[in-house]
Amino acid sequence: MVVLAGVSVIVFALVHLVPGDPVRLALGTRFNQDAYDTLRERSGLDLPLVQQFFTWLGSAVTGDLGVSFRSGDTVTSLIAERLPATLTLALASILVALLIAIPLGTISALRPRSIIDRFATVISQFGISVPDFWMAIVLILVFAGTLGWLPSGGYVALSEDPLGWLQRLVMPAVVTGTVSGAVITRFVRSSVLEAIGADHVRTAQAKGLPARQVFTWHVLRNALLPLVTVTGVQLAYLLSGVVVVEIVFSWPGLGQLALQSVQARDYPVLQGAILLFAVVFLVINLVVDLLYTAIDPRIRR
Amino acid sequence: MSAPVLEVEDLRVRLRTPRGPADVVNGLSYSVGAGETVAVVGESGSGKSVSVLALLGLLPQGVATVTGRALLQGEDLLTMQPERLRQVRGPGAGMVFQDPMTSLNPVLTIGRQLVEGIRAHTDLDKAAARRRAADLLGEVGLPDPAGTLDRYPHELSGGMRQRVIIAIALSNSPALLIADEATTALDVTVQAQIIDLVEGLQAERGMGVVWITHDLGVVAGIADRVLVMYGGRCVEDGTVDDVLENPSHPYTRGLLGALPDLAQPAVDGVVPDLATVPGVPPAPTDLPKGCVFWPRCPVRGDARCETEQPPLAIIGSSDVALPHRAATWCTESPARAGSTAVSGTFGTGSPGTSGIESPRGRLR
Ligand SMILES: Nc1ncnc2c1ncn2[C@@H]1O[C@H](COP(=O)(O)OP(=O)(O)O)[C@@H](O)[C@H]1O
Ligand code: SF4
Ligand SMILES: [Mg+2]
Repeated sequence: MVVLAGVSVIVFALVHLVPGDPVRLALGTRFNQDAYDTLRERSGLDLPLVQQFFTWLGSAVTGDLGVSFRSGDTVTSLIAERLPATLTLALASILVALLIAIPLGTISALRPRSIIDRFATVISQFGISVPDFWMAIVLILVFAGTLGWLPSGGYVALSEDPLGWLQRLVMPAVVTGTVSGAVITRFVRSSVLEAIGADHVRTAQAKGLPARQVFTWHVLRNALLPLVTVTGVQLAYLLSGVVVVEIVFSWPGLGQLALQSVQARDYPVLQGAILLFAVVFLVINLVVDLLYTAIDPRIRR
Repeated sequence: MSAPVLEVEDLRVRLRTPRGPADVVNGLSYSVGAGETVAVVGESGSGKSVSVLALLGLLPQGVATVTGRALLQGEDLLTMQPERLRQVRGPGAGMVFQDPMTSLNPVLTIGRQLVEGIRAHTDLDKAAARRRAADLLGEVGLPDPAGTLDRYPHELSGGMRQRVIIAIALSNSPALLIADEATTALDVTVQAQIIDLVEGLQAERGMGVVWITHDLGVVAGIADRVLVMYGGRCVEDGTVDDVLENPSHPYTRGLLGALPDLAQPAVDGVVPDLATVPGVPPAPTDLPKGCVFWPRCPVRGDARCETEQPPLAIIGSSDVALPHRAATWCTESPARAGSTAVSGTFGTGSPGTSGIESPRGRLR
């Protein structure tokens, strides 16, 4: 709670530090001084910043994040509208990431400096350094263009059109999942390597356990701890919107919403979005902590 | 004596290291009879741990090259198929490792770690294996065996953990027990308890024991034979009486400290630890030519010391079952060499006594 209070101050300050006048932008070409003053007053922008902050905070705690300058919709409804798309993409991406990272990281840890290990290093280096928009465009050109297998973008709800949902999800999830997967692969490799070298692995071998059992219970089980942390971090990042990928694939997620509200100096929406990201981050941290307690007896009381 | 449980012949281990190949074990031969205890002593870094890890194939893969023969109940461990080796680890040979703080898996319960070992070699169901595990914990002297099963390693003290590790090593009634400084971390009473337990099992089942230790009290207390290692070689071996009372290799004499004192009864029942020998042991990547000990040897009484490796030769009577052997060119009578050369030369403040472990430990 203390953290959240601090976060809201920072969010508010940052948003208002963004140069540019939202009212002027909202009026655009219809600008005249009267309209400007009325709108400014109505949005409360004429009040001192500190007062603006407490007004905003007061309604934020009741779940009211205000109204968009741009569209007049409530911020909560705008966010709620984008949330399913973002959740879908984030979860699908983390799934792709883990499907890549766990086998690849494990195999390269088991055979350090082997061909597979080198291959994995190159792949993850590639995944980390290649810009995601480039990967996205290549995928679109190949699978939507040349092959024509997949739609080039957009989003439909799972309940409306399951096949269409999946078809539209595949490419963005692969792009973001590859990037996260590349990061996680390196983590898996190093934590498995570390776990293999631990003394207790030798004890397990000396007991005459089958190799597979040694590996599952005395290596992988121990490498799980760092994996949980890095997966949490990646998930938080994915949930706070992957702007570029969302734009390339016309994916109506929170990243796009945040970007649009920055462009329009739409303070209430921007504040709401950033506050949500902060909450997501805190919640994920909490879940990671809980998972840690569940899998590491040393932290248990 | 019955057929040996373990027969090691010309064991050699070369490790790949960043500083080039390291010859860590260089032609080690010994045997352990049923019910017999062989104590292996030597400074830190003399290759004791590596020599026993090599027996069970526990050295890191791709780093170690192991040659020679190591017959466990007649079967060569070094050429065994992996599945056979797995079956032998546990019931054939149980191993207790040096460091109780890291040798157990921190995220699994004690019970689980015992039960999985038992079930890997028997068809006991979980409940039966748990009962056996609890019995074992009782045998190694843990106060609350049933309760300990559900605890995690970090909830136990170092001494208790080491007893758990010993229980794991004993859980499949091994024909051979290898203990690598198993009781170094334990206090005197617990140490005595463990030694009694091991001696009991030896009497009961004829278990052979290889006991790596720094503690002369333990050596005197449980060993039948002593093997002194230096630079990956056996420099002296023989019955515990021969080696402790009549050490013949200058290195052994250095380890045992001032010889005349050791010959006298221990003061207050406390037998001294291994003494520190001036100088540092040779790097296994760069072993000296000739006798491995010559750079530190206070005797160096022979022209061949620096050029030719002395063989392990019988000293005294060869008519006994366990002859006393030492690898040194020095032919002086041990007693005379001990009182003149050794006491005169060791401890003259040679540089570089740092880096040598000075282990602690007391007679039980
Ligand atoms: N995994 C390894 N890689 C490289 N060198 C090693 C490894 N394990 C042990 N050594 C080296 O082998 C030598 C003998 O070590 P060790 O058998 O542990 O000695 P001891 O048990 O007698 O103290 C030491 O010089 C040590 O540095
Ligand atoms: S052979 Fe020579 S150098 Fe080696 S221990 Fe004997 S006297 Fe010393
Ligand atoms: Mg050792």
